[in-house]
Formats: sequence, C-alpha cells, structure tokens
Amino acid sequence: MSVRLTTLFEKKKSNILSVYFTAGYPEINDTLKIVKNLDAAGVDFIEIGMPFSDPLADGPVIQESSQKAIQNGMTINLLFEQLTDLRKQTQIPVVLMGYLNPVMQYGEEAFLSKCAEVGIDGLILPDLPMEIYNQDWKVLTKKFDISNIFLITPQSSEERIKAIDNASNGFVYVVSSNSITGTNKKFDRQAEYYNSIKQMNLKNPTLIGFGIHDSETFKEACQYSNGVIVGTAFIKHISKQGICKDSISSFVVQLKG
Amino acid sequence: MNTFSPTKEGFYGEFGGAFVPEMLYPNVLELQNRYREIIETDAFQKEFSELLRDYVGRPTPLFYSKNLSKEHGAHIYLKREDLNHTGAHKINNTIGQILVAKKLNKKRIIAETGAGQHGVATATACALMGLECVIYMGAVDIERQKPNVDRMKLLGAEVVSATSGSKTLKDATNEAIRAWINNPVDTHYIIGSVVGPHPYPDMVAMFQSVISEEIKLQLKEKTGSENPDYVIACLGGGSNAIGAFYHFIDNNKTKPIAVEAGGEGVYSGKTAATIALGKKGIIHGSKTYLIQTEDGQIVEPHSISAGLDYPGIGPVHAYLNDTKKATVVSVTDEEALEAAHELSQKDGIIPALESAHALAYLKKMTFKKEDVVVINLSGRGDKDLATYQKHLKL
Repeated sequence: MSVRLTTLFEKKKSNILSVYFTAGYPEINDTLKIVKNLDAAGVDFIEIGMPFSDPLADGPVIQESSQKAIQNGMTINLLFEQLTDLRKQTQIPVVLMGYLNPVMQYGEEAFLSKCAEVGIDGLILPDLPMEIYNQDWKVLTKKFDISNIFLITPQSSEERIKAIDNASNGFVYVVSSNSITGTNKKFDRQAEYYNSIKQMNLKNPTLIGFGIHDSETFKEACQYSNGVIVGTAFIKHISKQGICKDSISSFVVQLKG
Repeated sequence: MNTFSPTKEGFYGEFGGAFVPEMLYPNVLELQNRYREIIETDAFQKEFSELLRDYVGRPTPLFYSKNLSKEHGAHIYLKREDLNHTGAHKINNTIGQILVAKKLNKKRIIAETGAGQHGVATATACALMGLECVIYMGAVDIERQKPNVDRMKLLGAEVVSATSGSKTLKDATNEAIRAWINNPVDTHYIIGSVVGPHPYPDMVAMFQSVISEEIKLQLKEKTGSENPDYVIACLGGGSNAIGAFYHFIDNNKTKPIAVEAGGEGVYSGKTAATIALGKKGIIHGSKTYLIQTEDGQIVEPHSISAGLDYPGIGPVHAYLNDTKKATVVSVTDEEALEAAHELSQKDGIIPALESAHALAYLKKMTFKKEDVVVINLSGRGDKDLATYQKHLKL
C-alpha cells in the first residue's frame, strides 16, 4: 500500500471521509482545483472518476457528469497531464476510479506506471473481477505500489468477502445496498449486514459508499465502518453551487454535521 | 462435443469472461453454476422441444429457392426463421431462458431491446408463463419502432424508456443491467444475443443451436449430405449467426460466413461493422471486439437495420473470426435494401432488413454449380415496412 494511504489509515480509524468527482466536470480544467479545494475542506482522501461512456455501476447523476466530461474532451491522457504537478501541491491520497475498457486501451502496465509517476495511490475498477485481478494485475499493482480496491455488496457471501479482503490492499469498499450509485431515496440501515462485516474482522479498513448524502447517513455509516465515500451528492452539489473553495467547504461541513 | 464451448470461466480463447461489477457477481454466479445442469436435464429438453414445436412452430422449413439458385449458379436454401411465432429467431432463446428462470424461481423478467424483436419475444414468453415483464428500450428506438412498443404493451409488458447516453440499444442494455443490479434476487435478465457476461453467450448459443440442428436433418433429407458448403447469416450481436453455425463449426467442409452491417460504408463513420473496425475491449461484461474511440469510449454505431446496430459482437464470433473458423464480411445499407427488394419480388418473401444483409452477400460470392448454400433468413420484414417504403420509393 502507498505510504499516503497507509499513513491515513494508521492515523485515522473512524469518520474517514472520501469524496468522488468526475474528472473534466463541470469544466475540463477543474480537476486540480477540485482536488485542492477538497483537501482544504478537510476531506481525508479523494477519488477521481475517469469518465466512461457506459458506466454500468453508476446512476444517472454520475453518468451525466461523465458524458459531459467526455464532451469536454476528458481522456486518461489528459487527466495524467493535469495531474503532473499533483504531488507538488498536495499530499492527500488520491484514488482513480473508472472502468476497464479505457484502461485497457491505454495499456494496463503503461497506465499503472503513469499512476505511480504522478502519485496516484489506488485504483477502483468495478468491472475488473477479482479472479482476473489475481491472474493478470496483482504483480503489476505491486510493482507500482498501487492499491487495488474491490467492492462488496449485501449479496456477497462471507466466503467471497474474505477472498476479496485477501486480494485487497488498501481498503474494502462496502456498497451500502445492492444498487447503482446515487440510489439515495432512503439509506437502508442494514445493521445486520454491516455488523456481519464488522464481525469478520477484515484485515483491510472498510469504507461504506453508495447513498451517503447528508450528515445523518454519514454518521450512521461511520458507526459500522472506518468511514464513507460520497459521490453523487457531491456531483449534484457542484453542479448547482460550483467548485469554488467556499462551495466545497460548505458541502463538507454540512456533510460532517 | 462442440469445440467452441467456452471454458469454465466463459472464455473462447481470450474472448468472453464475466467482467461485471461485484453487485452483479452473485446473479451471474448463480447462472454460471446452474445453467448447464438445468438445460441438460431430460425434463428441460422435453419441455423446451415441445414448446418449440407446438408454440413457436418449429421446425421451420428449409426452402430451396429456385430463383436464387438460378441467379447465383449454386443450390441456395433459405432457413425460414421468419416463420417462427413473433416473426424471428429471437423466440428460441426467450422460451429457453424463461424455462431456466422458472427453474431458478424467478418471479420477474427484464430484457433489453433495440428494434423491439427481442422485446416482443420476451414479452410473449412472459405472457405464456405468467411472469412479470419489464423491457428496457432506448428512447430513440421507442420513437422509431412504435408498432413493436405497442405489441409489447398488448402482451402485458411494461416498456421503460432508456434515456441515458445515446438512448439506443447499448443504453437499453446498460439500463437493464442496472435494473438487475437493483433487483438481484427475484429477477432474471433475458439477454437477447450471444453477448453479455458468461454464461449468456453460451446459454443463448445453446438455445439458438436448434437452427443448425434442423438444417442438418433437413439437408440430409433433401440432398443426402448434412453439411452445406456455406452457411451465411447476418451478424449484429450474433445470436442467429451462432445458431446457424453451431453444428457446422470444424466439420472441414462448411464455411460459415457472418455478414456485418456496413452501414453507409465501413469507413464512412456510419457503420456497425465491428470486426472491420473494432478493437479488443470490454462491453457489457464481455471481452470482445467493439467499436470505440482511441480513448476507449464506446461509439454509437449506425445501420439501417436496428437489429444490427450494436457496437460489439458476441465473444464467440470474435473467437471464430480470429481463429479463421468463420469469415466475417460486411455489406452496406443500400446493398441490404436491394437484396430485400429482390427476395420480395422473386420469391414472395419479405425479409427483415437484418436478414437481407446475409442475402446481399450472395452477389459478392463466386460459386461452383454444385455448391450447397444455406442462408439463415432470421426474421420477417413486416417491422421494416416504413424503411422499405421510404428507401425503395414504393
């Protein structure tokens, strides 16, 4: 695991807040500005979405932001260019999230090498199955010291969760309900599900995501895990309120309650 | 044994697999673990065959076209999948999958549809079996395929408009997959082609393989030999093509030819010719060839026939192409229209625009006079009347 992520999880065991945004949205050159403003607002780490035309695990809000970002001209190449000076400006851990196809076209090894070069700490590729990861990716992610993060859901069996925990090095992304992102009509408590994960004593920290959108859901999720990931609610917020420091800081303050 | 059955993990060579988000893993795993065991039982096979015979109307005829044979200087047969209930081969698969869904105790069926043929075939099977049915269809397709939307509704299905992305087949598929993620326990997703994560490509191929099984018996009866020299089928996702090829792969005689939709021309920017233009990648949970930008964004294809308008192809076809077990070619919109016009006037059969692609390729071939050629006439053309009216100036 990268030093930045290790340090974070060593220092902080609860109420970790990670925020997701789509690279190239709302404007093509917003990426680093959003990173810096999230850092200043006290977020613990950041997930940057690499937009994809057909994001299966995402709901309409994130898909629309991705579509806009692609229209704006966002590509993986351009994203890496924008992140060239990332580590001169901030030491906040940064994880890239995206889908396998664009990464395959970039080239798996070239992609991981570039991640390491600009200082990316981890990777979430929801459509990369654990079996394929173990077979084709594990050695490479190790070589470049990039954490690979897997998702688990309420439908995942105990055996599967343990296997995923074993294959993970970073944290385990606990999907709150069996749903796509942004399904936040009501945040299911699902205490049983969370408790059972807690009792498994996974070797990796757990962060709960999907459907966290206000201080109530934030606090609830933090009772059962090391922290949360917020995406859709943040995209909605910056769509309306913009990406300036005040806007982002007020979002984070409200969320933490 | 068929040499092109996938591995346990669903790979045909390097193609296929199940590249799905974890949210779909249990659904896909349940199917992977159960589909062969369910399908291979005698009871299942009996029920499936009886429904194909008494409800779908199988076997479909193998028609010797004197007119086409004379014109092209070979023995040309048409496999009349257009005579199936609901007018296309799609129903072979929906009947098979709905029986699997019942064995898995699913209460609800979802499906994607482009032109509406698979949607209608799914709604039909659901009506027959009394299962709730929700069809995802691109907003653009709902607009241009109204008669099929009304048929689905009449059959009791709910039609949900897919408004994301380009609002066509690939987006309807995305929406159906998302709906499956949101309803993992009681819902079965009936994919309409040999695409999607393992085991769909294999399962759909098994159900469609009845086409080549019948061709073999019928040819034997008519010619004394069960293997033709060529089998020609159109290729979108590839379900009718694999059905027509299935029992002829690796027989050392039969050359399977798959005809893609060239649209306005393979290099016109308005095409659905995946093999001609595609690069390897992942679409809808499967590794295959797909039409995409350099950066890996999936490109919206173009074909005059909505059923071939898909940016990928089934992984089995990617494999058959790469191993030269099948030849993949393409014809343009215009060539397909002309072939449809000709078959209508010469043989009195109005083919679907999709099937017309297979017919159109006849003109590009040179035959020996003893060659036996089977064209898979995958569907009837009633649904394409508006397009024929417009382009053939009727």
